[in-house]
Amino acid sequence: MELPSKLIEAAVDQMSSLPGVGRKTALRLVLNMLGRSEEQVEAFSEAFLHMKRGIHACNQCHNLTEMEVCSICLDPARQGNLVCIVEDIRDLLALEATGQYRGKYHVLGGVISPMDGIGPNDLNIASLAVRLETLTGSSDKVEVIFALPATMEGETTAFYIFRKLAPLAVEVTAIARGLAVGEDLQHADEATLVQSLRQRLPYTS
Amino acid sequence: MVLEHLHLHHFKNHTGSDLTFGMQVNCLLGDNGSGKTNVLDAVHYLCHTKSYFNPIDAQNIAHDEAHMLIQGAFTRNDQKERVSCAVERGVKKVFRRNDKAYDRLADHIGRFPAVMIAPADSVLIQEGSEVRRRWIDSVISQFDREYLTQLLAYNKALNQRNILLRFFAENRRWDSEALEPWDAQLVPLASSIRRKRAEFVERFSPAFEETYREITNGAEAVCIRYLTKVSEDNDEFQRQLTEAQGDDRQLRRTTVGIHKDELSLELGAYPLKRFGSQGQQKSFLIALRLTQLAYIEQATGVKPILLLDDIFDKIDDKRVQALMTWVAKGDFGQVFITDTDLQRIPSMFRNIGADVRVFEVERGEVMQHEFEADAVKPGPTTLEP
Repeated sequence: MELPSKLIEAAVDQMSSLPGVGRKTALRLVLNMLGRSEEQVEAFSEAFLHMKRGIHACNQCHNLTEMEVCSICLDPARQGNLVCIVEDIRDLLALEATGQYRGKYHVLGGVISPMDGIGPNDLNIASLAVRLETLTGSSDKVEVIFALPATMEGETTAFYIFRKLAPLAVEVTAIARGLAVGEDLQHADEATLVQSLRQRLPYTS
Repeated sequence: MVLEHLHLHHFKNHTGSDLTFGMQVNCLLGDNGSGKTNVLDAVHYLCHTKSYFNPIDAQNIAHDEAHMLIQGAFTRNDQKERVSCAVERGVKKVFRRNDKAYDRLADHIGRFPAVMIAPADSVLIQEGSEVRRRWIDSVISQFDREYLTQLLAYNKALNQRNILLRFFAENRRWDSEALEPWDAQLVPLASSIRRKRAEFVERFSPAFEETYREITNGAEAVCIRYLTKVSEDNDEFQRQLTEAQGDDRQLRRTTVGIHKDELSLELGAYPLKRFGSQGQQKSFLIALRLTQLAYIEQATGVKPILLLDDIFDKIDDKRVQALMTWVAKGDFGQVFITDTDLQRIPSMFRNIGADVRVFEVERGEVMQHEFEADAVKPGPTTLEP
């Protein structure tokens, strides 16, 4: 599609660089922006600049924060000797939305996948080892929970970290995998059913 | 299992064909290039989700057309089943069973078994071990769904490990610790796949020897052997992987594993490829396919459809007559046969008393004939496109 102006072209290029946005959608969004007042557009672009300048990773768990250390790590009511390992921020937010978890987190920033050019050194694994080493020095019981995706890459990452943590006195657990709550048995896929059968639990009423 | 009705729309040279098949033998007769083999391939498409001849879906669409459609009405375990495959240029193909689209094509594999015997089968003998592994994988996947899942997982882990090895080579570094998690994925998968392949060949080979004897009147001894370097023991295989790290590093790929397995095809204890005549090789392949068909039936309880393409290629009429007699008397289900000669196959079935339907194919159009003893005449049910 030929656009009437180089300026619009540049804006569309920027917009369509976002995930899930094609050129047609980008043009629609750009034209909408063009229809707004200058103040509105300024507020819009400033919000992004401020966000970019003000947000960085928590120096303990790599959660996003405006401070040095994030509010979860600072929270004294949370158990410091319980560390849940997640792939990215969205997983952390999903777990937080349950309101049931009272420990802390460690955000890896991805999972190991040579196919996508991601190796262990691209993830926050070294800082995890350091953090846990300090923790085991000050607390007698430290538990690490793997809450990683149930994919081959997720499993590989868990295996790699598990090996790295072997010298430390930490208990390693993984979140349960199986039938989704509210799901019919007959609609579950075979791999999930096999896993559910293998990891069955004592029944409690 | 039988295919009762087939509709082709812009599939290869068929602009629009509707065929109603007989329960037993269906002959598709016509000149080379008329489109008779395409009918067989359409059946193969519905059963295996892809063409036997050309794996690129878009290339199976008629020239200058944007899309194609194959629809089939089956009866399987006394149930009516509709299967369809729609391919549009530039769009992912849509495969439906009873109007419901599959999320994963792999879910269809094995439900509607069919076995094709075609001249192109000779690649099983002539080409490298990869073709034979693909064959054994496709047969086992027909009745063991877990096998296919494990195989896909193995290939994925293998690919990741190989990319890692290439990365090490390109960046002049080495980190065996980073290989370990991939080994941990490969070991249990390889062990299960190895066991299933070995079990399969152990049961398949004697049945195959028997079939070969029957169709050749006991000419010579044949055998299929499974050759693997992967240890039965998981710890031992892990050791093999670790020991091979030097080679892996140099060659930039994983050098041990079930992706290196081989099937040895032998005629009187010698390699068939070098010591078998053209006729012996052809008989070997036919026996292999017929045993495959019987094996799938035994394992799944569903009688597969038999597709015989250009069976006269490289074997004499007498052998084909013997084979046809065997096909008609045997417990085969529905059979589809192609031939260029309008008389030969119908006359072969003349005395056997099999239920035969004859279709004449010309330039992608199909006409159904009444089967008569002396000559093949156009019947009243001409199916226009």
